[in-house]
Amino acid sequence: MNGLRNLVKYKSIVKEAFDRTVIVAKFLCFLHVTNNYICTPALVYGPSMLPTLNLTGDLILAERISTRLGKVSPGDIVLVRSPENPRKIVTKRVMGMEGDSVTFLVDPKSTDRCQTITVPKGHVWIQGDNIYASNDSRHFGPIPYGLVQGKVFCRIWPPEGFGSLAQDV
Amino acid sequence: MSSLTSSLCGNKGMGARSFLWDSAKKSFTAGLIALTISDRYASIAPVRGLSMHPTFNPRKGTSMGSLMDDCVLVDKFCLEKYKFSHGDVVVFRSPSNHKEKHIKRLIAMPGDWIRIPHSYDTVKIPEGHCWVEGDNSSSSLDSRSFGPIPLGLLQGKATYIVWPPQRVGQVEKRMPEGRLLPY
Repeated sequence: MNGLRNLVKYKSIVKEAFDRTVIVAKFLCFLHVTNNYICTPALVYGPSMLPTLNLTGDLILAERISTRLGKVSPGDIVLVRSPENPRKIVTKRVMGMEGDSVTFLVDPKSTDRCQTITVPKGHVWIQGDNIYASNDSRHFGPIPYGLVQGKVFCRIWPPEGFGSLAQDV
Repeated sequence: MSSLTSSLCGNKGMGARSFLWDSAKKSFTAGLIALTISDRYASIAPVRGLSMHPTFNPRKGTSMGSLMDDCVLVDKFCLEKYKFSHGDVVVFRSPSNHKEKHIKRLIAMPGDWIRIPHSYDTVKIPEGHCWVEGDNSSSSLDSRSFGPIPLGLLQGKATYIVWPPQRVGQVEKRMPEGRLLPY
Protein backbone atom coordinates (compact mmCIF):
# COMPACT_ATOMS: atom_id res chain seq x y z
CA MET A 1 0.00 0.00 0.00
CA ASN A 2 2.80 2.33 0.98
CA GLY A 3 4.78 1.40 -2.07
CA LEU A 4 1.78 2.07 -4.27
CA ARG A 5 1.37 5.52 -2.74
CA ASN A 6 5.08 6.20 -3.32
CA LEU A 7 4.73 5.08 -6.90
CA VAL A 8 1.83 7.47 -7.49
CA LYS A 9 3.81 10.33 -5.94
CA TYR A 10 6.88 9.46 -8.02
CA LYS A 11 4.80 9.30 -11.16
CA SER A 12 3.35 12.75 -10.60
CA ILE A 13 6.84 14.21 -10.02
CA VAL A 14 8.11 12.64 -13.25
CA LYS A 15 5.12 13.95 -15.13
CA GLU A 16 5.68 17.44 -13.75
CA ALA A 17 9.37 17.36 -14.68
CA PHE A 18 8.53 16.13 -18.17
CA ASP A 19 5.96 18.89 -18.67
CA ARG A 20 8.43 21.56 -17.60
CA THR A 21 11.12 20.16 -19.94
CA VAL A 22 8.69 20.20 -22.84
CA ILE A 23 7.86 23.85 -22.16
CA VAL A 24 11.55 24.80 -22.04
CA ALA A 25 12.26 22.84 -25.24
CA LYS A 26 9.38 24.56 -27.03
CA PHE A 27 10.68 27.93 -25.91
CA LEU A 28 14.19 27.12 -27.16
CA CYS A 29 12.80 26.00 -30.52
CA PHE A 30 10.84 29.25 -30.78
CA LEU A 31 13.99 31.19 -29.98
CA HIS A 32 15.97 29.31 -32.61
CA VAL A 33 13.39 29.92 -35.32
CA THR A 34 13.07 33.64 -34.53
CA ASN A 35 16.83 33.94 -34.43
CA ASN A 36 17.39 32.11 -37.70
CA TYR A 37 14.48 33.24 -39.82
CA ILE A 38 13.38 36.66 -38.58
CA CYS A 39 15.95 38.69 -36.76
CA THR A 40 19.07 38.28 -34.68
CA PRO A 41 21.10 40.50 -32.35
CA ALA A 42 24.85 40.79 -32.95
CA LEU A 43 27.70 42.41 -31.08
CA VAL A 44 30.19 44.07 -33.40
CA TYR A 45 33.57 45.47 -32.57
CA GLY A 46 36.75 46.28 -34.42
CA PRO A 47 37.93 49.15 -36.58
CA SER A 48 36.72 48.05 -39.99
CA MET A 49 33.33 49.88 -40.01
CA LEU A 50 34.59 52.87 -38.07
CA PRO A 51 32.59 55.95 -38.97
CA THR A 52 29.34 53.99 -38.92
CA LEU A 53 29.87 51.53 -36.08
CA ASN A 54 32.04 52.22 -33.04
CA LEU A 55 35.29 50.54 -32.15
CA THR A 56 34.26 49.40 -28.71
CA GLY A 57 31.29 47.23 -29.42
CA ASP A 58 27.83 48.07 -30.68
CA LEU A 59 24.80 45.88 -30.28
CA ILE A 60 22.92 45.75 -33.56
CA LEU A 61 19.86 43.97 -34.90
CA ALA A 62 20.00 42.15 -38.22
CA GLU A 63 17.00 40.79 -40.05
CA ARG A 64 17.13 37.58 -42.06
CA ILE A 65 14.07 37.92 -44.27
CA SER A 66 15.49 40.11 -47.02
CA THR A 67 18.66 38.01 -47.30
CA ARG A 68 16.54 34.91 -47.70
CA LEU A 69 14.43 36.58 -50.39
CA GLY A 70 17.54 37.93 -52.12
CA LYS A 71 16.62 41.58 -51.55
CA VAL A 72 20.06 42.86 -50.61
CA SER A 73 21.19 45.94 -52.51
CA PRO A 74 24.39 48.00 -52.64
CA GLY A 75 24.74 50.21 -49.59
CA ASP A 76 23.29 47.75 -47.10
CA ILE A 77 25.32 46.69 -44.08
CA VAL A 78 25.33 42.91 -43.90
CA LEU A 79 26.50 40.14 -41.60
CA VAL A 80 28.75 37.77 -43.54
CA ARG A 81 30.30 34.46 -42.59
CA SER A 82 33.98 35.08 -43.13
CA PRO A 83 35.38 33.15 -46.11
CA GLU A 84 38.69 32.80 -44.29
CA ASN A 85 37.33 31.44 -41.03
CA PRO A 86 33.81 29.96 -41.12
CA ARG A 87 33.40 30.29 -37.35
CA LYS A 88 33.64 34.07 -37.57
CA ILE A 89 30.91 36.48 -38.65
CA VAL A 90 31.98 39.88 -39.94
CA THR A 91 30.03 43.07 -40.61
CA LYS A 92 30.65 44.87 -43.90
CA ARG A 93 28.87 47.05 -46.43
CA VAL A 94 27.74 45.67 -49.78
CA MET A 95 29.37 47.63 -52.60
CA GLY A 96 28.25 45.64 -55.62
CA MET A 97 25.93 42.82 -56.60
CA GLU A 98 26.46 40.26 -59.37
CA GLY A 99 27.23 41.85 -62.72
CA ASP A 100 28.14 45.26 -61.25
CA SER A 101 31.58 46.62 -61.95
CA VAL A 102 33.35 47.84 -58.83
CA THR A 103 36.28 50.26 -58.71
CA PHE A 104 38.40 50.17 -55.60
CA LEU A 105 41.72 51.40 -54.25
CA VAL A 106 44.09 48.48 -54.06
CA ASP A 107 46.13 49.76 -51.15
CA PRO A 108 44.97 53.16 -49.86
CA LYS A 109 47.86 53.44 -47.39
CA SER A 110 50.69 53.61 -49.91
CA THR A 111 49.41 54.15 -53.45
CA ASP A 112 46.26 55.47 -55.07
CA ARG A 113 46.20 52.82 -57.76
CA CYS A 114 42.66 51.88 -58.75
CA GLN A 115 41.36 48.60 -60.04
CA THR A 116 38.01 47.78 -61.59
CA ILE A 117 36.50 44.32 -61.64
CA THR A 118 33.13 42.83 -62.52
CA VAL A 119 31.42 40.84 -59.77
CA PRO A 120 30.74 37.28 -61.03
CA LYS A 121 27.34 35.57 -60.96
CA GLY A 122 25.99 34.76 -57.51
CA HIS A 123 28.61 36.81 -55.73
CA VAL A 124 28.69 40.14 -53.88
CA TRP A 125 31.45 42.65 -53.25
CA ILE A 126 31.77 43.71 -49.61
CA GLN A 127 33.94 46.42 -48.13
CA GLY A 128 34.43 48.00 -44.73
CA ASP A 129 33.72 51.70 -44.30
CA ASN A 130 37.21 52.24 -42.93
CA ILE A 131 39.24 51.37 -46.01
CA TYR A 132 42.52 51.71 -44.13
CA ALA A 133 41.85 48.96 -41.61
CA SER A 134 39.51 46.45 -43.12
CA ASN A 135 39.99 42.92 -44.33
CA ASP A 136 37.39 42.63 -47.07
CA SER A 137 36.78 41.83 -50.74
CA ARG A 138 39.82 43.89 -51.73
CA HIS A 139 41.81 41.16 -50.04
CA PHE A 140 39.84 37.96 -50.65
CA GLY A 141 37.79 38.89 -53.71
CA PRO A 142 34.03 38.75 -54.25
CA ILE A 143 32.20 36.35 -51.91
CA PRO A 144 29.34 33.95 -52.72
CA TYR A 145 25.90 35.28 -51.75
CA GLY A 146 25.34 32.14 -49.68
CA LEU A 147 27.70 33.54 -47.04
CA VAL A 148 25.50 36.57 -46.37
CA GLN A 149 23.69 35.94 -43.07
CA GLY A 150 21.56 39.00 -42.48
CA LYS A 151 20.96 42.67 -43.15
CA VAL A 152 21.68 45.10 -40.33
CA PHE A 153 18.81 47.54 -39.87
CA CYS A 154 19.03 48.99 -36.40
CA ARG A 155 21.45 49.74 -33.61
CA ILE A 156 20.22 49.27 -30.04
CA TRP A 157 23.36 49.98 -28.02
CA PRO A 158 24.92 52.46 -27.14
CA PRO A 159 21.69 54.38 -26.45
CA GLU A 160 22.88 57.66 -27.98
CA GLY A 161 23.47 55.86 -31.27
CA PHE A 162 20.08 54.17 -31.19
CA GLY A 163 18.31 54.17 -34.48
CA SER A 164 18.05 52.93 -38.00
CA LEU A 165 21.15 52.00 -39.95
CA ALA A 166 19.51 51.28 -43.26
CA GLN A 167 20.91 52.93 -46.40
CA ASP A 168 23.03 55.87 -45.37
CA VAL A 169 25.86 55.65 -47.87
CA MET B 1 -36.24 27.10 -23.10
CA SER B 2 -35.05 29.29 -25.91
CA SER B 3 -32.29 30.68 -23.76
CA LEU B 4 -31.17 27.16 -22.99
CA THR B 5 -30.89 26.18 -26.67
CA SER B 6 -29.03 29.34 -27.52
CA SER B 7 -26.54 28.74 -24.76
CA LEU B 8 -26.09 25.18 -25.99
CA CYS B 9 -25.48 26.44 -29.50
CA GLY B 10 -23.02 28.95 -28.16
CA ASN B 11 -21.24 26.19 -26.31
CA LYS B 12 -21.02 24.13 -29.46
CA GLY B 13 -19.57 27.08 -31.40
CA MET B 14 -17.08 27.69 -28.64
CA GLY B 15 -16.12 24.02 -28.69
CA ALA B 16 -15.47 24.03 -32.41
CA ARG B 17 -13.51 27.24 -32.20
CA SER B 18 -11.37 26.07 -29.30
CA PHE B 19 -10.75 22.81 -31.13
CA LEU B 20 -9.61 24.72 -34.20
CA TRP B 21 -7.46 27.02 -32.08
CA ASP B 22 -5.97 24.04 -30.27
CA SER B 23 -5.04 22.20 -33.44
CA ALA B 24 -3.62 25.36 -34.98
CA LYS B 25 -1.47 25.89 -31.91
CA LYS B 26 -0.33 22.27 -31.95
CA SER B 27 0.64 22.29 -35.61
CA PHE B 28 2.47 25.58 -35.16
CA THR B 29 4.54 24.14 -32.30
CA ALA B 30 5.19 20.96 -34.27
CA GLY B 31 6.40 23.09 -37.17
CA LEU B 32 8.73 25.06 -34.92
CA ILE B 33 10.21 21.90 -33.45
CA ALA B 34 10.62 20.25 -36.85
CA LEU B 35 12.31 23.36 -38.26
CA THR B 36 14.70 23.53 -35.31
CA ILE B 37 15.65 19.89 -35.61
CA SER B 38 16.20 20.11 -39.35
CA ASP B 39 18.30 23.26 -38.93
CA ARG B 40 20.48 22.17 -36.07
CA TYR B 41 20.65 18.41 -35.95
CA ALA B 42 19.64 16.45 -38.99
CA SER B 43 17.43 16.55 -42.03
CA ILE B 44 16.55 14.36 -44.98
CA ALA B 45 17.22 15.45 -48.52
CA PRO B 46 16.67 13.81 -51.92
CA VAL B 47 19.62 13.52 -54.28
CA ARG B 48 18.93 14.45 -57.90
CA GLY B 49 21.17 14.00 -60.87
CA LEU B 50 24.08 11.77 -61.67
CA SER B 51 27.05 13.74 -60.42
CA MET B 52 27.64 11.29 -57.54
CA HIS B 53 26.74 8.30 -59.74
CA PRO B 54 28.25 5.17 -58.19
CA THR B 55 27.55 6.32 -54.63
CA PHE B 56 24.05 7.75 -55.08
CA ASN B 57 21.51 6.98 -57.80
CA PRO B 58 23.33 3.88 -59.11
CA ARG B 59 20.61 2.95 -61.62
CA LYS B 60 21.26 4.82 -64.84
CA GLY B 61 17.72 4.71 -66.19
CA THR B 62 16.47 7.21 -68.73
CA SER B 63 13.12 7.85 -67.02
CA MET B 64 14.23 8.34 -63.47
CA GLY B 65 11.25 9.19 -61.30
CA SER B 66 11.83 11.28 -58.22
CA LEU B 67 10.55 8.31 -56.17
CA MET B 68 13.52 6.22 -57.23
CA ASP B 69 16.05 8.89 -56.30
CA ASP B 70 18.13 8.27 -53.22
CA CYS B 71 17.34 10.16 -50.05
CA VAL B 72 20.11 10.87 -47.60
CA LEU B 73 20.23 11.82 -43.94
CA VAL B 74 22.16 15.08 -43.62
CA ASP B 75 24.00 15.39 -40.32
CA LYS B 76 24.38 18.97 -39.09
CA PHE B 77 26.20 18.44 -35.81
CA CYS B 78 29.49 18.93 -37.63
CA LEU B 79 28.53 22.53 -38.46
CA GLU B 80 29.06 23.72 -34.88
CA LYS B 81 32.81 23.36 -35.11
CA TYR B 82 33.18 22.78 -38.85
CA LYS B 83 34.54 19.30 -38.19
CA PHE B 84 34.89 17.80 -41.63
CA SER B 85 37.46 15.33 -42.89
CA HIS B 86 38.78 14.17 -46.24
CA GLY B 87 36.40 11.93 -48.14
CA ASP B 88 33.17 13.09 -46.45
CA VAL B 89 30.13 13.62 -48.63
CA VAL B 90 28.96 17.17 -47.97
CA VAL B 91 25.96 19.33 -48.85
CA PHE B 92 26.74 22.94 -49.71
CA ARG B 93 25.13 26.02 -51.23
CA SER B 94 26.22 26.59 -54.80
CA PRO B 95 28.66 29.51 -54.99
CA SER B 96 26.99 30.82 -58.12
CA ASN B 97 23.37 30.51 -56.95
CA HIS B 98 22.55 30.68 -53.27
CA LYS B 99 19.19 28.98 -53.69
CA GLU B 100 20.67 25.74 -54.97
CA LYS B 101 22.25 23.10 -52.80
CA HIS B 102 24.69 20.59 -54.19
CA ILE B 103 26.08 17.34 -52.82
CA LYS B 104 29.69 16.41 -53.52
CA ARG B 105 32.67 14.71 -51.96
CA LEU B 106 35.14 16.76 -49.94
CA ILE B 107 38.60 16.15 -51.36
CA ALA B 108 40.87 18.74 -49.81
CA MET B 109 40.87 20.89 -46.69
CA PRO B 110 42.54 24.28 -46.02
CA GLY B 111 46.29 24.17 -46.48
CA ASP B 112 46.37 21.04 -48.68
CA TRP B 113 48.01 20.95 -52.07
CA ILE B 114 45.87 19.25 -54.68
CA ARG B 115 46.66 17.96 -58.16
CA ILE B 116 44.09 18.89 -60.78
CA PRO B 117 43.15 16.03 -63.11
CA HIS B 118 43.97 16.29 -66.82
CA SER B 119 46.52 19.02 -66.19
CA TYR B 120 49.79 19.32 -64.39
CA ASP B 121 48.73 22.12 -62.11
CA THR B 122 48.77 21.90 -58.37
CA VAL B 123 46.66 24.26 -56.28
CA LYS B 124 47.03 25.25 -52.65
CA ILE B 125 43.67 25.48 -50.90
CA PRO B 126 43.45 28.89 -49.18
CA GLU B 127 42.59 29.34 -45.52
CA GLY B 128 38.92 28.60 -44.75
CA HIS B 129 38.23 26.98 -48.11
CA CYS B 130 37.83 23.42 -49.34
CA TRP B 131 37.83 21.47 -52.60
CA VAL B 132 34.73 19.45 -53.58
CA GLU B 133 34.29 17.01 -56.45
CA GLY B 134 31.57 14.66 -57.64
CA ASP B 135 32.29 10.92 -57.82
CA ASN B 136 31.17 10.87 -61.43
CA SER B 137 33.79 13.18 -62.88
CA SER B 138 32.34 13.10 -66.40
CA SER B 139 29.06 14.83 -65.45
CA SER B 140 29.71 16.91 -62.41
CA LEU B 141 29.94 20.64 -61.91
CA ASP B 142 32.35 21.08 -59.03
CA SER B 143 35.55 22.72 -57.82
CA ARG B 144 37.28 21.82 -61.08
CA SER B 145 35.15 24.51 -62.73
CA PHE B 146 34.52 27.02 -59.92
CA GLY B 147 37.60 26.52 -57.78
CA PRO B 148 37.82 26.12 -54.00
CA ILE B 149 34.69 27.12 -52.06
CA PRO B 150 34.50 28.76 -48.61
CA LEU B 151 33.75 26.36 -45.75
CA GLY B 152 30.96 28.74 -44.73
CA LEU B 153 28.86 27.45 -47.64
CA LEU B 154 28.78 23.91 -46.25
CA GLN B 155 25.36 22.91 -44.91
CA GLY B 156 25.97 19.42 -43.56
CA LYS B 157 27.40 15.99 -44.08
CA ALA B 158 25.51 13.12 -45.73
CA THR B 159 25.91 10.08 -43.49
CA TYR B 160 23.18 7.55 -44.30
CA ILE B 161 21.06 6.59 -47.28
CA VAL B 162 17.49 6.23 -46.02
CA TRP B 163 15.52 5.63 -49.22
CA PRO B 164 14.87 3.44 -51.28
CA PRO B 165 14.59 0.61 -48.73
CA GLN B 166 16.92 -1.85 -50.47
CA ARG B 167 19.76 0.69 -50.40
CA VAL B 168 19.55 1.76 -46.76
CA GLY B 169 23.03 1.99 -45.32
CA GLN B 170 25.94 4.14 -44.37
CA VAL B 171 27.65 6.44 -46.87
CA GLU B 172 31.28 5.38 -46.86
CA LYS B 173 34.24 7.75 -46.90
CA ARG B 174 36.40 7.44 -49.97
CA MET B 175 39.35 9.31 -51.35
CA PRO B 176 40.56 9.19 -54.92
CA GLU B 177 44.14 7.93 -55.07
CA GLY B 178 47.07 10.21 -55.57
CA ARG B 179 45.33 13.56 -55.63
CA LEU B 180 46.70 15.15 -52.51
CA LEU B 181 50.36 15.98 -52.50
CA PRO B 182 52.40 15.13 -49.44
CA TYR B 183 53.74 18.23 -47.79
